[in-house]
Amino acid sequence: MFTLKLRTFLIFVTLALFSNAAFGQAPKLGKPITAADLPEWDINILPDGTGLPPGSGTPADGARVYAAKCAVCHGPEAKGGANARLVGGEPIKSMDSEKTIANFWPFSTTLFDYIRRAMPFRQPRSLTNEEVYALTAYILSLNKLIGENDTMNAQTLPKVRMPNRDGFIVRFPEKTP
Amino acid sequence: MTPHEEAKRELQRLEPVAGNGLLHRRAFLRGGATLAGAMSAYRLVPSASAQKLADDPWSLAPGAAVPDYGVRSRFENKVVRTLSNPKAEARTQHARTPHHLLNGTFTPNALHFVISHAGDPDIDPDKHRLVIHGLVKQPLVFTLDTLSRYPMVSRMAFVECGGNSAPMFSNEPIQASVQALHGLVSCSEWTGVPLSALLDEAGVDSKAKWIVAEGADAPHLSRSVPLAKALDDAMIALYQNGERVMPGNGYPMRLLLPGWEGNMNIKWVRRLQVTDQPGMTFYEARTYAPILPGGKAYRFYFIQEVKSFITHPSPGLALSGPGFYEVSGIAYSGNGRISKVMVSADGGQTWAQAALQGPVHSKAFTRFRVPWRWDGGPVVLQSRAWDEAGNMQPTRSELVAARGQTARPPAVTGFPSQHYNAITSWAIERGGEVRNVYA
Repeated sequence: MFTLKLRTFLIFVTLALFSNAAFGQAPKLGKPITAADLPEWDINILPDGTGLPPGSGTPADGARVYAAKCAVCHGPEAKGGANARLVGGEPIKSMDSEKTIANFWPFSTTLFDYIRRAMPFRQPRSLTNEEVYALTAYILSLNKLIGENDTMNAQTLPKVRMPNRDGFIVRFPEKTP
Repeated sequence: MTPHEEAKRELQRLEPVAGNGLLHRRAFLRGGATLAGAMSAYRLVPSASAQKLADDPWSLAPGAAVPDYGVRSRFENKVVRTLSNPKAEARTQHARTPHHLLNGTFTPNALHFVISHAGDPDIDPDKHRLVIHGLVKQPLVFTLDTLSRYPMVSRMAFVECGGNSAPMFSNEPIQASVQALHGLVSCSEWTGVPLSALLDEAGVDSKAKWIVAEGADAPHLSRSVPLAKALDDAMIALYQNGERVMPGNGYPMRLLLPGWEGNMNIKWVRRLQVTDQPGMTFYEARTYAPILPGGKAYRFYFIQEVKSFITHPSPGLALSGPGFYEVSGIAYSGNGRISKVMVSADGGQTWAQAALQGPVHSKAFTRFRVPWRWDGGPVVLQSRAWDEAGNMQPTRSELVAARGQTARPPAVTGFPSQHYNAITSWAIERGGEVRNVYA
């Protein structure tokens, strides 16, 4: 009788401890969602092209979008205005050097990602994917990183090799996967 | 003999432990209050004139109604952040913390530094959502209400912009206040949900290595964080010094990565995508990649390394004549606790160990103090900090040898480079004014 009571007691204690560990630490209040819930939020483009949407654009298309929506800040033909120029740039030499797309940016995918998430400054997320591809193509073409008639899409954009691709040193290799 | 006279005599008896009158920190271990009474006060330039003592109007009638949300004295209205873009033009806004007008180790919420790349969003907390998706077993969405039901942790942590102290890269010392030079760092008690709990709930895939975090602000600012940091001490912070996080600091929730580059601590955080590669986002691929001499640049400069600077005295906070002063300042490290701070009054020739205000928290501000007898002559004050990981704050010449400096002085609000953690030197001139110098 005593043994049975002890055994029951121990089982009870074990269950109680287990329950605390299982449920006390994890309220599990997150609501499940699917990719279908995230079309407007899922906007990260990774350097290998993961995340690039369907669509395409050419430098000529991009020139028209640029003149209408970008030139007011970045100047005609992307030569700079109230905000940074998007074309040209002397080779990087020191901290006094101006970082530009042509002389510094290591990945072409960053252009699509950043234009789509942050530009135009006062109307972010107002551009269609086609317009973002076109603007990306226009800027890459102005910088002579692609040809004047090259089309940018999910296949071609990640293959554009940026001049400063290997210009970086990882500061904390032990902390960097 | 009055206690004040006794304290003054005590200070007279203390032998200097380093050049130009730095005294032993044990002075603070004895009667601190009387010691303070014997010390001279710093004066804001220009100084106010003395007044005779009398009953003033506020002592002769009842005061004002107590407000429902406290407001500081109207006499403190000049203790404010300095703004780089007060009209919210189409560029980044900076608000810098006035360290020379504060003391202790916490930054008041309204004076916490802010960098907003397109203004502060006005977020309705009931509509805000936090999504975890990507390489997880079950993508999840959280509301502020659901997160508020999780077990929370509180911790002290500084947040520092990677570009804080950038004017120190100028080839000539820029004459500006400690606020202009070092005002892009602040320290708070943050309370929130450990990120590891939320990631565990979503179930991280074995292929996962990074998290790309994104804010709900207009630029949808995004940065990549190694998964190991996210599972270590990262937090979704909901409270800042006891009240909800300030709008400029990420209301209603921000990612807190203690000790890591401020820009990575995504404010207004709304989405965490678990990935097998970094996003190489604009801010990590371009902006927060400091150029080195020769043209290569650092990538993933995650950690804000060990650093200190003297706030009292500092430019604009002058000495009111020869006598006893407390030299004090702030030390912190993204690699853990501050273990030691040394102070020099002779440009680094001799050093006195400073007293550290306890408790000393990891990856948080530590206030250091050292008593000092100024004889009125020219001196150069410096502080140098060590952390528990064994890192020593470099001299400016050491840092500049490795990282370079500008060819010409930049604008004081410019960002010629990032991650300056070297020594700051203040020269005291005969009149008691303080200047930024390279020593």
